[in-house]
Amino acid sequence: MLHHLSIKELITSLSEKKLSYEELFSYYQERIQKFNPKLNAFISVNESFLDQDSIIETKLKGIPIAHKDIFCMKGHLTTCGSKMLANFKSPYDATIITRLASAGALTLGKTNMDEFAMGSSNETSFFGPCKNPWDLKLVPGGSSGGSASAVAARLAPIATATDTGGSIRQPAAFCGVTGLKPTYGMISRFGMIAFASSLDQAGFIAPSAEDIAIFYDLASGYDPKDSTSINEQVASTTKNLDQKPNALTIGIAKSSLDKHADPNILNAIKQAVNQFEKMGAKIIDIDLKNSHLNVPTYYIIAPAEASSNLSRFDGVRYGHRSEDSESLQSLYANTRSEGFGDEVKRRILIGSYVLSAGFYDAYYIKALRVRRLIANDYKEAFKKVDLILSPTTPNLPFAIGEKSNDPISMYHNDAYTIGANLAGLPAISFPIGFHNGLPIGGHFVAQHLREDLLLNAVNHFQKETDFHQQIPQEFD
Amino acid sequence: MKSNWEIVIGLEIHVQLNTASKIFSGSSTDFGAKPNSQASIIDLGYPGVLPVLNQSVIEKAIKFGLATDAKISRKTIFSRKNYFYPDLPKGYQISQLELPIVQEGYVEINFNEEIKKIRITRAHLEEDAGKSIHDSSLGKSKIDLNRAGTPLLEIVSEPDMRSAAEASSYMKYVHLLVTYLGICDGNLQEGSLRCDANVSVKPRESKKLGTRTEIKNLNSFRFIEKAIEIEAQRQIEILDSGGTITQETRLFDEEKQETRSMRSKEEANDYRYFPDPDLLPVVISEELIKSIQQSMPELPNQKNKRYINEYQLDQNDAARIANDFDLATFFESSINHSKHASPKQLANWLLGKLSNMVNEKNISFSKLKLSPVDVSSIIDLYILGNLSQKQAGELLEYKHGSEASIEDLITEHNMSQISDTQELSDLVDKILKENQVQFDEFKSGNDKVIGYLIGKVMQASKGKANPKLVKEIIESK
Repeated sequence: MLHHLSIKELITSLSEKKLSYEELFSYYQERIQKFNPKLNAFISVNESFLDQDSIIETKLKGIPIAHKDIFCMKGHLTTCGSKMLANFKSPYDATIITRLASAGALTLGKTNMDEFAMGSSNETSFFGPCKNPWDLKLVPGGSSGGSASAVAARLAPIATATDTGGSIRQPAAFCGVTGLKPTYGMISRFGMIAFASSLDQAGFIAPSAEDIAIFYDLASGYDPKDSTSINEQVASTTKNLDQKPNALTIGIAKSSLDKHADPNILNAIKQAVNQFEKMGAKIIDIDLKNSHLNVPTYYIIAPAEASSNLSRFDGVRYGHRSEDSESLQSLYANTRSEGFGDEVKRRILIGSYVLSAGFYDAYYIKALRVRRLIANDYKEAFKKVDLILSPTTPNLPFAIGEKSNDPISMYHNDAYTIGANLAGLPAISFPIGFHNGLPIGGHFVAQHLREDLLLNAVNHFQKETDFHQQIPQEFD
Repeated sequence: MKSNWEIVIGLEIHVQLNTASKIFSGSSTDFGAKPNSQASIIDLGYPGVLPVLNQSVIEKAIKFGLATDAKISRKTIFSRKNYFYPDLPKGYQISQLELPIVQEGYVEINFNEEIKKIRITRAHLEEDAGKSIHDSSLGKSKIDLNRAGTPLLEIVSEPDMRSAAEASSYMKYVHLLVTYLGICDGNLQEGSLRCDANVSVKPRESKKLGTRTEIKNLNSFRFIEKAIEIEAQRQIEILDSGGTITQETRLFDEEKQETRSMRSKEEANDYRYFPDPDLLPVVISEELIKSIQQSMPELPNQKNKRYINEYQLDQNDAARIANDFDLATFFESSINHSKHASPKQLANWLLGKLSNMVNEKNISFSKLKLSPVDVSSIIDLYILGNLSQKQAGELLEYKHGSEASIEDLITEHNMSQISDTQELSDLVDKILKENQVQFDEFKSGNDKVIGYLIGKVMQASKGKANPKLVKEIIESK
């Protein structure tokens, strides 16, 4: 039962030669072969690890990983879940791919996702919806649905993911696994196909905080190829992982969001609070007074940036190109009409609108101002608390098709998570319970660069609980 | 007859900054490489790539700002200008809208013997686009992205010019200035400076500006002048016949000598500018500005003044030299190397004989196959009297492109001047004997005859006699 082993245990087994790289890689490949047809968690699979760079004697030597198909991988398909890039092979590696490969990690394959990371259900993928391993009728969340689903079903011990408004944390919550969105700028965006540049952040989804810490330390840090990358020395998260936390002060926001939240989720939060209190944490109420503006602010800024970021997909140099176009204008129009799905088009339209002459000040500039207010609320709160706890999502995983025609309701799925993106703060979702066999996620936000605190707190919680070790029966 | 219409012109000059690599990628900016061989994944706008600012463009822009007495923004930001075109790989151009790096400067140009101030509204940094080559025979367009990402400084003037010639003078001055500053190679043929002209006309007495049109992509001084003249004339004819001007973008057709409409205001793009989230604001420190200030080269106007005050050149000569960067560089180097010639004497040679050589060969002073060391050595020989003026001039021609030393060339062409007094005295005696009549005339007080006698000596010496000495000897006889 290799898929029960943590990353730490796998590293030990490999280095003690109880397990060979080939054995481990094949084990996961076999699980992918067996289970992926049910889940559709992978867009492409890397069947042989032999064509990968020879395994280097480094920290991650031979640990398999799945990569979200948003990261460019040299010579491999990099589709971003879109018809536009359905046959696109990247000529270069993303920085995160380079760093993990040179640390010895082996790529199992590339995971399914909402098209261009736009969605909260993985239903907008050109390659079909990915399923939630806890109930195949349900969505795994999005946009990193494939990564969360693959890790939850243990088709990979860990997966990379990205988060613009909740795309790591919401699917992690829906699939009963742990997902870290680091501080904006902590993991290079170079080679990560852009959705909304000022919000996008790469991170990881794995069963536990401990698994993530090992990979996070190796993937994070300054990259001269990304001008927004943070150039600061930070504490190693693995080194401090087991350290007993100082008496934590955890803030709970009195949030209007809770009115719309599933009571079962709020109940699970209460129990998590009890657990943290038992572990010595102090709980206080805080006020994030502008949090009701998170979703509208996000849905101006993110589409605005996306409308510009996605302009490069024009059929001229790479990707889909419409066959029958008689003029330049029709080449653009046909290529983009055929290559993009509805949700992507919706956001390009919203984004173009809010940036257009006459509307720019009323929407985009105002949204930037509100964004600063939201960030200030967090700044104020962190004068009093170490971490802010909330649910990750207001509802349990929903059925495939349930919200497809209701984008606004879909957008509100990210109500709890968007604040951390707008403020550039690190945040984590971790399993805190189940209701009717469906996982529930708890959500922590910390101050800038305090990933160590997030991972430490969750690691200690996970030492006392076993929610993160649950595997859907069908896939165990 | 003086027209009642006044032409109003503002220019937007795009200056390619001479960095080794592009503004947001490490690709080379060399001109003339095989198409698309200098386009990296960043220049090609591949998915996932990010721009990283080439810091040297900031310094070059600051140099320009300091040279035009402008405000240097202490914080400057890059914005995206969104539009679709095949030679614009990302679907947006990284440019500056708010907080451009340089604001509110000016230059003074010499136009029609008057100093005229042209205000510079702003100068901002941006990336160049690639080139589209339309091949109508194939019915296809080819795209070369080597130029995509080349750094540009766009210099926007106020509508301060009142004639096509004045606009061309301003453009020439900006060309001179960026060459002096060493921030642009100044090569017009390779498109290192390109210009858009905003042209309108108004009744001379009116304060209100007329509707303007913009003529795109003028890349030579001659084209600017011609295009503006033609466009202004077109507007005047329309207004004279009671029509109105449409605000639009126009292209200059050199062959047909006309401008024609490219797109109207209604068809103009909404560029949806917004700050580029991939690039952080650039904070410019006082220290950086100070250090650039200290390394500023001498500017044309400063040189001009110094040439007059320090070297006693007349105004015209000083301006001619200062307004030609290569000539000024050559001039100052020659001064450093010359042991006997005064700056004024060197200036006479450079503006006379050497300028003729440069013009005949249709090159610039920097392309002359003659070093300032060679030139100053030859002129020194003339000043010392070892060569006649004619010989010195010939020697400059012989030395051009020649590997041979000056000494060898003098020997080869048998051209050293006779300054040996004894030798000259003997020669003079011989000539005076042969021309006794004229010599007697001279002695009886007819000074004019001396020219004739000197001529005869020079002729006999095949031009090698030092005429100054010959004159002295004759007078002493």
